Amino acid sequence: MAINWKDYSSGEFYDEVMSSAGNARRPAQKLVAQLKSFSEEDIADRKQAADSTIKEMGVSFTVYTEEGNIDRAWPFDIIPRPIAAKQWDIAEAGLKQRLTALNLFINDLYHEQKIIKDGIIPEFVLKQSKNYRKECEGFKPAFGVWAHICGTDLVRADDGEFYVLEDNLRVPSGVSYMLENRAITKRVLPELFEKVDIARVDEYPARLFDTLASLSPRKLKKPVIVVLTPGIFNSAYFEHAFLAQQMGVELVEGSDLVVQDDSVFMKTISGLEQVDVIYRRIDDLFLDPEVFNKESVLGVPGLMRAWRKGNVALANAPGAGVADDKVIYAFVPQVIKYYLDEDPLIPNVETFLCYDDKQREYVLANLDKLVVKPANESGGYGMLVGPHSTKKDRETFAELIKANPRNYIAQPTLKLSTAPTIVGKNELEPRHLDLRPFILQAKDTYVTKGGLTRVAMRKGSLVVNSSQGGGSKDTWIVES
Amino acid sequence: MLSKVAERVYWTARYLERVENTARLIRVYDNLMFDLPRSVNFGWYNLITINSAQKEFADRFKVQDERNVVKFLLADDTTSSSILSSLRAIRENVRTTRDVVPEDTWELTNELNLYVTENIQLGVNRKGRHEFLDGVIKGCQQILGLLYGTMPHDPAWDFLRLGRNLERADMTTRILDAGVAAVLQVVEEDAAVNSRQIIWGAVLRSLGATQSYRQTTRSAVTGDGVVYYLLEDLSFPRTIAHCLDAIIDSAERLPRSKEIVAILKENQSTIFDDVDYEELGEPLRDYLNDLQTELASIHTHIAATWFPELH
Repeated sequence: MAINWKDYSSGEFYDEVMSSAGNARRPAQKLVAQLKSFSEEDIADRKQAADSTIKEMGVSFTVYTEEGNIDRAWPFDIIPRPIAAKQWDIAEAGLKQRLTALNLFINDLYHEQKIIKDGIIPEFVLKQSKNYRKECEGFKPAFGVWAHICGTDLVRADDGEFYVLEDNLRVPSGVSYMLENRAITKRVLPELFEKVDIARVDEYPARLFDTLASLSPRKLKKPVIVVLTPGIFNSAYFEHAFLAQQMGVELVEGSDLVVQDDSVFMKTISGLEQVDVIYRRIDDLFLDPEVFNKESVLGVPGLMRAWRKGNVALANAPGAGVADDKVIYAFVPQVIKYYLDEDPLIPNVETFLCYDDKQREYVLANLDKLVVKPANESGGYGMLVGPHSTKKDRETFAELIKANPRNYIAQPTLKLSTAPTIVGKNELEPRHLDLRPFILQAKDTYVTKGGLTRVAMRKGSLVVNSSQGGGSKDTWIVES
Repeated sequence: MLSKVAERVYWTARYLERVENTARLIRVYDNLMFDLPRSVNFGWYNLITINSAQKEFADRFKVQDERNVVKFLLADDTTSSSILSSLRAIRENVRTTRDVVPEDTWELTNELNLYVTENIQLGVNRKGRHEFLDGVIKGCQQILGLLYGTMPHDPAWDFLRLGRNLERADMTTRILDAGVAAVLQVVEEDAAVNSRQIIWGAVLRSLGATQSYRQTTRSAVTGDGVVYYLLEDLSFPRTIAHCLDAIIDSAERLPRSKEIVAILKENQSTIFDDVDYEELGEPLRDYLNDLQTELASIHTHIAATWFPELH
C-alpha cells in the first residue's frame, strides 16, 4: 500500500508541500503526483538508495561526543521541499539588500561609527560586543566588504512568509550539504528532474571562486587561493575539503602556512609559494597567536600583520562577526533603513532586548512562552525553549539574564513551517524546518537558489542543527 | 603542491598497493593448499615472518595456524599490516587530499572500504576466501584504473607513482620471500621437484606474471628463472628493476630532485650485484632482506626531500 497522503495534516502549522489534506501546493504538485504513484516498496527502495548513495559518496559530518569524535552519515530525507520561484525572487532580493547593508554597517563600525554617532545603535552595545575586533579599526578591505560569505537562516511562519532568524557572518557552514543533497536527490528521484523546472545550485563553487579571486591583492591572472581548515577533527572538515576540491584550490592547515616579510607563504614541494587569498574556516580568535589566542596552534603567527599590510586577503575578514551578535540582529531593519534608505524586504522575527528594562520585564514574566538566546553562540547551544522547558530551566535563565542582560535576547516561539518527512517505517509525518541560503559578496552579490533546508527529525521539535540530531532535505526553487 | 598533501598522496598509494599485495600474498598460499601434495607441510606462519610481524602476532595469538594468520593479515584492525587498517589509512589520506585526486577516488575508496568491512568474514573462512580476495584486488585496481584514466600527470601523480612503485617493489620482495620460505619447507623426496615448480608457478601467478614470464623467457618455470625475472626484468610492472626505473622517472620530474636522483641512480647500478641465482635458499632470503632495507632508505630520501619536516 502506498503512503497515505489523505490523512497527512500539519495542524496549525504552515506546510511547505500540502495546503490541506490530499492537496498539494502549486510548486509541489508534480512532486506529490509522482510520490503518490509510488508504492510503499518504491519509497523504501528510494530511501535505501539514498542511504547507500550517502555512504558511497562519503557525505558525513563529525559529532563531538564524550567517546571522541564520530563521523556520522549525513541525515537526509528524500522528499524535497519546493519553493515557488516567484516567492524566492523576493527573498533573494531581500537577502541582497540585507547583506549590502550589513557590510556597509561593519565597515562603518571599523571607521567613523556614524551609525552610533547618529544614535541609531546605542554605544554600549558595540562596546560590549564579543565579536568586535579593535585590531581591525581603520582597515580598508577590497570593495569595502567584510563578510564575503554569509549564511542567513530563514524560517517560514504560519502566515506563509519568510522571516530572518539570524545571520551567520563568521564561518557559516552547510553549503556543501546543499550541493550534496541535490546530487543525492538526482540519483534517487531522477524522473522528477525531467518533469519539474528546478533551479540549478551547482554553480556555487564557481561563484565562490570568483568572489575569492576578486579579493586578491596581487592582480594576477591566477591568484593563489587556499581554504584554511582547523583540520580533520573539525565538524565541518568534510565541507572544507569539498569546497577546496570543487574550486580546485589548496586545502591547508595553519602549519602549512608561514608569514615572512609580512606576506603569507605555503610550504610546497618546490619551497615557499606566496598566498593571495585565504578562505578561512577558523574562528577569529584562533587565526593568529601573535594577536589573539596565544595558545592556538590552528592559526598562523603573523597572519594579521600580513592582512593589515594588505598582502593577503582574508574571507571572511576578521571582525566581520560583529554583525552576528543577536542584539545587532534586532537592529538590522534600522541598519537597512539607515544605509540604504529602504524598508527591509524580509522582516526580522520579533525580538526582545533584555538590556532594555521594560522588554526584560516582559521576557522574565513570559519565559515559558519565549525562546531565549545568548547573543553570540552558534549551533543552537545555550538556548532556552520556553514551552519545552522545566521550571528549573526557567529559573536558571532568569538568573543568567539578570546577571548579564546585554547578552540575551528573546523571541516568541515560532510556528515554524513543516514539510512531510518520512519517519520510522514509511510513515509520513510533518516535521519543522528552516532554510539557510548562502550569500556571496565582493564586487557583486550572489544568492544561492534556495539553500540548505534543515529538518528537526524529532516530532514537535524545533531544533534543526545536525549536531543535535537534525536532518536535511533538498530545496527546490520551482517555476510553476 | 603542499608538502603535506604530497606526503598523504604518497601514503595513499603505498597503502593501496599494500592492500592489493597482501591479498595477492594470501592468495599464493591459498592456491598452494590446493596444488601441493598433502605430504608437503608448508606453514602459513611464513606470511607473518616475511611481514616482520612476529611480535605483533604473538601479542594477539598463541596458535600459529592458518586461521589466525589470515585473520591477522585481513581483519586485525589494531595492527598496521592488515588489510583493514591499511584501508582505514587510505580512507583517511584520501579524505584529506580530495582536492588533488580525481573526484571519484573518494567514492571508490568508500565502496572498497564498505565491501571489505561487510565481507571480511568471507575472507577469514576458507570457503569464500578466493572470491573475497578477488574482490579486494579488483577494488584496488578499479581505483588505480581511475587514477590512470583521469588524473593529470602533475606532481600529485608523481607522488602517487613514487608511493606505488616503492611499496610494490617492497611487496614483490615479500612475495618472493614467501616463495623461498615455502620451497625451503619442501622435504627432499620424490615429489620435491614437482612441488618446487608448483610453488614458483604460484608466485608468478600471484603477481599476474605467468603469461609475461613465458613470453619473455620462453622457458619452463624454474626457481632461478622466476627470481631473475621478478628482480631484473624491465618490462613487467611489478619487478624490482621496473619499479626502480619508475621511481627515478617520477623523481626526475619533481622539483629539487637533483640530489635524490643521483642517489637513486647509484643504487640502480649496483642493486643486483649481490644476488646469487645459484643459491635460492637462505642466501636469497638474506639478499631480499637487504633489498628491503635498501627500499626503506629510498623512502627516507623521499621524505627528506619533499615532505614536511617533523616537529
